[in-house]
Amino acid sequence: MKQNYKIAQYCVIENKKVFLNGVEEFSSADEQFPDFIKAAYKKFNSNYPKFFKMDNLSKLSFLAADLLLKELRLNEEDNDIAVVFANKSASLDTDVKYQRSIANKEEYFPSPAVFVYTLPNICIGEISIKHHLKSENTFFVFDTFNVEFIYNYANHLLESNKTEKVLCGWVEFFEDNYKAVVYLVQNNGILDHNIKTINTIYNK
Amino acid sequence: MQKEFYITHANCITPLGLDAFSNYNAVIEGKSGIQLHQNNLMQDAFYASIISNEVLDNAFSKISKSNKYTKLEKMFILALEPMVSKQEITAKTAFILSTTKGNIDALANTENAIENAQLGILAGRVSSFFGFKTEPIIVSNACVSGILAIAVAKRMIQTGLYDDAFVVAGDAISEFVLSGFNSFQAMSSEPCKPYDKERTGVTLGEATAAVYITANKSKVNKRSFKIVGDGAINDANHISGPSRTGEGLFRSINSALKEANIKASKIDYISAHGTATMYNDEMEAIAFNRLELQNTPVNSLKGYYGHTLGASGLLETVLAIESANNNKLIISKGYKDCGVTQPINIISESKKHEIKYFLKTASGFGGCNTAVLFEKVN
Repeated sequence: MKQNYKIAQYCVIENKKVFLNGVEEFSSADEQFPDFIKAAYKKFNSNYPKFFKMDNLSKLSFLAADLLLKELRLNEEDNDIAVVFANKSASLDTDVKYQRSIANKEEYFPSPAVFVYTLPNICIGEISIKHHLKSENTFFVFDTFNVEFIYNYANHLLESNKTEKVLCGWVEFFEDNYKAVVYLVQNNGILDHNIKTINTIYNK
Repeated sequence: MQKEFYITHANCITPLGLDAFSNYNAVIEGKSGIQLHQNNLMQDAFYASIISNEVLDNAFSKISKSNKYTKLEKMFILALEPMVSKQEITAKTAFILSTTKGNIDALANTENAIENAQLGILAGRVSSFFGFKTEPIIVSNACVSGILAIAVAKRMIQTGLYDDAFVVAGDAISEFVLSGFNSFQAMSSEPCKPYDKERTGVTLGEATAAVYITANKSKVNKRSFKIVGDGAINDANHISGPSRTGEGLFRSINSALKEANIKASKIDYISAHGTATMYNDEMEAIAFNRLELQNTPVNSLKGYYGHTLGASGLLETVLAIESANNNKLIISKGYKDCGVTQPINIISESKKHEIKYFLKTASGFGGCNTAVLFEKVN
């Protein structure tokens, strides 16, 4: 049986602003992303020191996810919330930084701490560790947010009982361009989970 | 009615051969693609499994005269070509490409470096070659990407959004990835030895593999395999190391078994990940023991191909299908003495063995794991 799932909450981060369920909760005058995201992290009391060692894509994804998940009073050890993320540039922002560290044989300093972030799914790993999400996870790459695909994939995970809830998101980061649109799909919530709603959230 | 999902065609491009049949024969003969290389990719000589440009270009020239493709793109196209030419591409045919780093070596170029390193550009170029009608789906989920792509294809055909799927997985050797694994001190100074007491780390490799997946029973042939269950569950433990208890892998296999509605004891063979790092191999042994799979024959093919990253899960599935169709086990190359604390049944003899169900597993950075269960049709 096809069930009608709901979007429980959603978070959008772009243009130095953070929106929760459509309402602007934070804006910053900081021009640079690292300053902006640090200010947002402080404002929302995320309180997770590992945040500071993450790359930009992970910081962006982590904060958007954290704002939704910390409301849920999750279990301390084990939560069944799948994570399905997608973006355009994969980990290219960090790839470019890593490439600089090996480009010149005179200044050759490849760092494992940077290299590990040259995979886009690391941001899912960071969120899963913080919130103990021992659950399904997949990272996709599309030129633009393929809403129809992600909508169907999330529904399938729920219908096939592979998970109880799905945290979906478009988490794009490359140089000065970034945008996170993250939403939680489950049995009950404030909005219907359908392609039109997701597009509305994304385009707002 | 519940749909069923079949792999009806499988192929791969590796240093050991340009099709599945020659690859299977090579590994049965004990050949390895791993060789010592001394070139500008690394300061010191290093072991890796690298495809000869000459062999590749020669094969590619038989299907295209174009010289605009990168080495990796040629490998993708060559893996797909024999099966695409046998099928009709419709508006509901999915094209799924799995890779971790794509054309990452483009970043070292001065022109269009960023654009050419985008995974979407790579997938678009391969898609255009064949004229796929749907937007490419790229799976980039570290070292589970290749096997996860099979689960994604099955799941998306199940939703009805697609009728069938061409799945291709690949990664190429690059200075980028070599230097990264080297910085982790994860590289073996000799050809890798999965599960062995003397193992010292990973050997890297390059390859592509491709499969055609359909829910159309009329396309099933005597070499087809049914995809009966899958799971891709995170450890939620560490971004660059596996869980000590194998939790995510344990749960992924359980999820696949539950969906297939079979007991672990029905599994005849496991094609495992076996990267030959200390932690990975140990973690897998623990997870298999927790599932009482310690007596099931298991191998890692990394001793033949090295770790081919985003290709590995699919490449090893293609070889497992050959192995199962021949009912013959492939020796886990590089293994001599047990180097994991919990015993597992590493294949050390290439003997006849009836394989009806086989399990493919993988694990990777970011805490990801994937398990997919296959059933022989005939």
